[in-house]
Parts: sequence; structure tokens; C-alpha cells
Amino acid sequence: MSEAAILTASSLSVSLGKRVVLSEVSLALPRGCLAALVGPNGAGKTTLLRALAGLLPSEGTIEVCGDALSSLTLRERARRFAYLPQGHQMHWPLPARDIVALGRYPHGAVDPARLTGTDAAAVVRAMQATDVTGLGDRPVTELSGGERGRVALARVLAVEAPILLADEPTAALDPRYQIEVMTRLRTAADTGTLVIVVTHDLGLAARFADIALVLSEGRLVSQGPPATALSETIIENIFRVRTYRADYQRETVIVPWSEA
Amino acid sequence: MLASLGIGPVKLSPVAVLDALFGGGSEVQRIIVQDIRLPRAILGLAIGAILGLSGAALQGLLRNPLASPSLFGAPQAAAFGAVLVIALGGIDVRSFALPVAAIVAAFASVFVLLAIAGRNASLLILILAGLAISSLAGAATSLTMNLSRNPFAALEIAFWLLGSLEDRSFRHVMLALPFIIAGAAILMSRRHAFRALSLGEESAQSLGVDVGRLRLWAILGVALGVGGAVAVAGAIGFIGLVAPHLMRPLIGYDPARLMVPSALAGAALLLAADIAVRLIPSTSDIKVGVLTALIGVPFFLYLIVRERRALGGGIA
Repeated sequence: MSEAAILTASSLSVSLGKRVVLSEVSLALPRGCLAALVGPNGAGKTTLLRALAGLLPSEGTIEVCGDALSSLTLRERARRFAYLPQGHQMHWPLPARDIVALGRYPHGAVDPARLTGTDAAAVVRAMQATDVTGLGDRPVTELSGGERGRVALARVLAVEAPILLADEPTAALDPRYQIEVMTRLRTAADTGTLVIVVTHDLGLAARFADIALVLSEGRLVSQGPPATALSETIIENIFRVRTYRADYQRETVIVPWSEA
Repeated sequence: MLASLGIGPVKLSPVAVLDALFGGGSEVQRIIVQDIRLPRAILGLAIGAILGLSGAALQGLLRNPLASPSLFGAPQAAAFGAVLVIALGGIDVRSFALPVAAIVAAFASVFVLLAIAGRNASLLILILAGLAISSLAGAATSLTMNLSRNPFAALEIAFWLLGSLEDRSFRHVMLALPFIIAGAAILMSRRHAFRALSLGEESAQSLGVDVGRLRLWAILGVALGVGGAVAVAGAIGFIGLVAPHLMRPLIGYDPARLMVPSALAGAALLLAADIAVRLIPSTSDIKVGVLTALIGVPFFLYLIVRERRALGGGIA
């Protein structure tokens, strides 16, 4: 797997003050893979995501598309990682299309009013993929939570980066939108993007991901296909819950059931 | 602009103004228009513009519609820097040391403000810190005047502090303009980054915006512009707060697209205020800084009420 790996991290550690938030995390992920990053609250999931994107100083080495992350400029990093933070803030009532167009910022398209053909096409593709074309002129602050989530997703898709990092993109969405967001991310992975998605929903992780990464107290304790990486014992030890498990349409079903 | 040149104790028709501007008319008219009112009008435009631009830039940087240079104590601090130089050195009020001191003080004040307030400062913290800084700068200015040996000098400083465009010559224009232009250029060159900041600092950083550096540039731009303006015109407040708000209904909320219109609105506002103080009958000229504050503060209160509603009462 490491041969085709587009993103590798070796002995990645992050400390905030004296507290070690992330310790000795190593992973290698290929193109076209949807990886679900799971773990209890405070396990360091967001920290790992931000460290991978170079938004946080870390120890250890990160290699992306064959280059050391530390050797890349801010803009080069921005072209390789599309990063969707938690809660997708939008501070001004800008039209949704302009928000999506900000995804082209790393490519030099800093003014949404003056996009080149390539940039405009990427924006249109991203908006079609998330079904927000009709919302283009609406101020984002007036959209519903689900619509805003889709606009935020369109913004990161518009980057058309080889790696997409999404921090809890399904939080606070109804089941329909959760499935919708995961399906979009699945499509992105199927078209060659490496997608890493942080989620608390073990069911969604098992259903959509190729690989599950389990983080606990800053350490990567388990990684692999969801069926094995999210085994009954691991979930019981890490999350302290028992699960109901089944197979449905050749996918693993995991439902948290009771306290362990 | 024409009105600004025409209106005053001696009223001139627009035609007479144009005539005098290009060397015609009587000697008196020429002096009034070219030497007295033209520099005043140019300063009014430039200072109003940089205040409007600074307001738009700070509002973009902090993603907060209540941000403005005067709320953060920048003009007050700049005034203190200038007053200190005058009191210490007794130097000519038209020396370059004045704007430099004003700029340094303005930079320090905004820097300290953002350092105190932290990365994701809430509105409440910003306003409290700004209040503290402007009070401190005001107190320091008063102390300097207190200690000044010459009571007339103290009075001069006090009047100058109120903010005025009266009796400004081309010397003043030359003094302020380079700094104002430099400040404006810096702020304008960052305008697209302010738009990216609409998504929050983390997202902006992930889009390739160096947020830390952007913050420093913005402070520098505001300090240069406001410092330069204060050095020649004293503290003129609230233009920076009001101008972007006047333009939002027309232009929209895009922080980048808002900057030029805000500058224009600021210029128009200050020029109008400066004309108004000449028209309002009074025994002495009312200071334009007083007028902008009189209009600006109620507007600010109105904004707070509106924001309070928008934020559901939780401005912290």
C-alpha cells in the first residue's frame, strides 16, 4: 500500500504546551480511498487532521504526493489539501456561489467576480455535485443548516485537491443529509481523491469507508477495513459501548447498542 | 468637492471657484480657493477615504461589523503619540516627526489590542479592550497636557485633538498624503484575503492565506493611514465605522468589494461634515471631529441594538 500512498505520516506528534495531544501517529493512505477517522471526544481527531494539512506545527514527517510537507509553501499546501473545518463558519452574507469560488483561491483565482474558464468550470462542477446550483445567488447566512453544509462541501470540492480532509461534515445534519454528504465524499474518493473524514457515527464509517482509523488518547490504536479495525473488542475498549453488528447488502452494519 | 471649495465665510459660486482654481478671478478669490480651501478639501477627501478604508479592512479582518479604528483607540493613541512629540520636543507642528510618532503609537495600540483580545476574540472583548486602550491613550494625552509648561500650548493641543481641517496648508497635505497612500495601498493589496477570511481563520489558512501575516499587514496599513491622518487633522472618529455600513445595502457584504466604496463614502462623509461645520452658525468654527462623533455615536448605538437582535442577545 505504501507504494501507492499519496499521504504518509511517520511518527507524527503534536504537543500543546506540555500536553501531548498526538503521539507517534504513522499512517500511509493511497489515492481513491475514503478513510474514516473515529475516536472518542478529545482523542485528537481534529488535531491529526490539522497537523496533516500543515495547519498546526508538529513533529515527525509528513509526505504528500512525494514531497515533504515542510518543503511546500502555504499556497502549494492549499492546492494539495482541501480542508473543511468543523461547523463551517460563514461570517458575511455572501452569495453561495462566491463562497464556493473561494475554493479556487489557492489556484490564484482570488476574485470570484473574475474567474478564468478553468476556475469557473470547477465551481460549476462542485455546485452540481452537491446540488447547490440553484442556491448560487442566495446569501449563505440565510440558508438552512443542510443547505449551508452542502455549500461548504462544494467549496472544498471546488479546490479539486488530491486530498480532501473533512472534520465532522455530518454533524448536526438530518439522516438524509448525512447520507447525502457521505455519498458525495464516496464519489470524490471513487474519482481518485483521498478523503479523510472525521465522524462520530460508527455506522456511517462502517457503511462508507474503505479504511477506518481509530484514535484514542492521541494514539492510532487500530487501522484497516472497518469490519476488522472497528471490531467488537476495539469498540468496546475504546468507546466503552457494546455494538449490534450485522451484514446488509455486503456492507458491515455497526450500531452502538449499550454501555459496556 | 466644488462645494467644499465654494462654501465658507466668503461664498463663491461654482463658476467662480473653477475660475479661481485655474488662475482666473481676483487675487483674493485665488488665495481663498487655492491656498485655503483646496488643501482643506484634499485633506478632507484623503482622510475620509483612509478612515472609510480602514474601517472596511478592520471589519473584514475581524469579521465583525462593529470594528472600526476609533473604537479600537487607534486615533486616540496616534493623537497621544503626536502630542507627546510636541510636548517633549516643542517641535514644529508641521515636522515629519509628528506623523511618524502618530503612526508608531497607532500601530502599537492596534497591535496591543489584537494581542490582548487573542485570535478568536469576541466582540465584547474587542470593545472592552478598545475602550481600555482609548481611555489610556486619552489619559496619557491629558497627562502630557497637564505637564506642559505653556498653558496656551495645552489649549492649542486640546483644540487640535478635537479634530479639524481648518487652516491646513499644502504643507499638511504633503505631510499626511504619503502615509495615507501607503496605508491605503497596503490595505487594498490584501482585500481578497479579507474575503477568504469570511470562512474563518482556519479555512482561510487552509486556502493559502497566511493569517498571522495578514493581521500584521492590516494593522500596519491602518496605523499608517490613521496615524498620518491624525497627525494633521487630529482625532476624527466614526467615519471608519459608518462608511462601510452605508455601502453594504448598495454593494453587498463582500469585504473585498466593499473597500473602495467605503473609502469613497468616507471621503464624502468627511467632506460633507467639514462643509457642515462651516455652515452651522456659531461664534467659533465647530470642530469637524466633534460633529462626526455627534453623528457617529448614535449610529453606533443603533448598530449595537441591531446586532444585539441579530445575535440573539449574546454579544459575548
